Amino acid sequence: MVEMAETSPSQQSDGEAAAIGSVPPSVSGVDRDMDMSGHSVAIDARGLDFFYGDNQVLFDVSLKVPERSVTALIGPSGCGKSTFLRTLNRMNDLIEGTQVRGQILVEGHDINQRDVDVVLLRKHVGMVFQKSTPFPKSIFDNVAYGPRIAGEKNRAYLADLVESCLRQAALWDEVKDRLNDSAMALSGGQQQRLCIARTLATKPKIILMDEPASALDPASTSRIEDLIGELCTNYTIVIVTHNMQQASRVSHQTAFFYEGRLIEVDRTTKIFTNPREKRTEDYITGRFG
Amino acid sequence: MSLSFVSDKSDPVLLRRQLVSRVFAKVCRFCTWGALAVLAILLACVGWNAVGWLDWQFLTSVHSADPEKAGLFAGIWGSFWMIQLTVLFCVPLGIGTAIYLEEYAPRNLLTGLIKINLANLAGVPSIVYGMLGLAVFARMFGMFSKDGGQPTLYEIPGIMQFELPFGRSVLTGSLTMTLLILPVVVIASQEALKAVPSSIRTASYALGASRWQTIRWQVLPAAVPGITTGVILAISRAIGETAPLVMIGSLTTIFYTPGDINSPADLIRHPGKLADVPFSKFTAMPIQIYNWIGQAKRDFSHVAAAGIVTLLFVLLAFNALAVWIRYRASKKIQW
Repeated sequence: MVEMAETSPSQQSDGEAAAIGSVPPSVSGVDRDMDMSGHSVAIDARGLDFFYGDNQVLFDVSLKVPERSVTALIGPSGCGKSTFLRTLNRMNDLIEGTQVRGQILVEGHDINQRDVDVVLLRKHVGMVFQKSTPFPKSIFDNVAYGPRIAGEKNRAYLADLVESCLRQAALWDEVKDRLNDSAMALSGGQQQRLCIARTLATKPKIILMDEPASALDPASTSRIEDLIGELCTNYTIVIVTHNMQQASRVSHQTAFFYEGRLIEVDRTTKIFTNPREKRTEDYITGRFG
Repeated sequence: MSLSFVSDKSDPVLLRRQLVSRVFAKVCRFCTWGALAVLAILLACVGWNAVGWLDWQFLTSVHSADPEKAGLFAGIWGSFWMIQLTVLFCVPLGIGTAIYLEEYAPRNLLTGLIKINLANLAGVPSIVYGMLGLAVFARMFGMFSKDGGQPTLYEIPGIMQFELPFGRSVLTGSLTMTLLILPVVVIASQEALKAVPSSIRTASYALGASRWQTIRWQVLPAAVPGITTGVILAISRAIGETAPLVMIGSLTTIFYTPGDINSPADLIRHPGKLADVPFSKFTAMPIQIYNWIGQAKRDFSHVAAAGIVTLLFVLLAFNALAVWIRYRASKKIQW
């Protein structure tokens, strides 16, 4: 898929091909050599263990995510990267029989404390899923859903917010004339950008992305990657991806998970050129996984 | 060896296989058309008997000893009010139960037992619900009736009077019908809720929605067509049910409508009569038909036929409504 993304854009015919000709070695906006020592820590996981029933799937994971940067989580299927991502806004609460040990500090607050309101947490830590999940409502109502359930009723404000979120998600020009049409009529790539716009509308500080482009065609994938590059100047982004080239293109920091353990985390350029661990190198060079 | 697809009449195994196949197809065809033929004959007989009897006079007259003057008026209004109240009780209870079981209830032994037994309850014969309704609603275990089983009159000053126990009233009928169709409504609603993809719920939670907001704004709107279809089919069953009404003793010869409301205009002129409706004695369409069939005068068979045609028409209208709602929903929402 990645290789395809870098081949001739002329094969793409669904109108989204315009942006693909300029896929840079690193997505525009992502300065992979950015010095993050000055960034404060947005997420700080400390000694995290996670269980589905009796089955432990995360072992003592400790990871710091600098704010306003992109952190990629990579690793083979079943390595626990998605589970780790979902602990960050407590989406795993929705699955019965799960148990979490250790600390996760978001902006310095331990989110696993009993008095934490997950509704507020998820407003602050938004999430975009692998499969785009537009609600069977109009495009406008999809984006306005988050603010509305939070109590926002001012129509003019909502209209402005919807526009600015759709612009940030690079979708405005394609849908501005049909905001009242069903979101189900959009293409897969447009639906995913709509989901990103919808997440932005709740004004999060952190955005979690669970393989946001894995179900998309190469042109749409490249648009999503460009978008990540733009968003990371204002948001902290944690992205799970199966796609090594994608991780190297979009992220500042890369964390390699294997069998429930965090094997290595470092600057992306370091991980991809000179990893410390043998297993990381084997995975990145495609020797397993 | 050359390959040939020409039928080989000498191969007994092949012949047998094809014979079995043909016979099975014929059996299935016979099952379908046989059942349809019986139904068609029944409908034709009833329709033939009703010709000349199903007229405006029949629809606007109450029961009479003279078949020429007898009509379904009291039955139509009785069924109408009973169903109104049944919907009023059944819809909130049924949907609420389904939402609790599907969205809130922890998965443990108790809720598992409840779910299994809902299906069993839906299969309980309606006469059993009739007995239950008689004991609980019509007589209230004899708690409120003094000597001789006479009901006691209670009054909320200036608003209404009512009797306990409920006796042979519209209220008893509708509460009994509610018990009867509640399991069906709950099961249909559960199925509709289950059909909503969980990714929609997850996405809603991820945007900071509370559980109730997710149910109110995402799950219920998507489930409403399925729930509505289930409710309408359950209601059409309640309209046709006779046995529970016989059991709770709804009247068969009655010459007035519940609350003495004889037309929509009546209701607008005297809205206060509405308060009397639940406590009125009543009859219902199937009860009235059941009564006419047992009458000695031969012409009452024609009156009964006219009643059956009316009842069938109402039931078909309800089923058509359910089909229409399902069709509209399938066009509107695609996952």
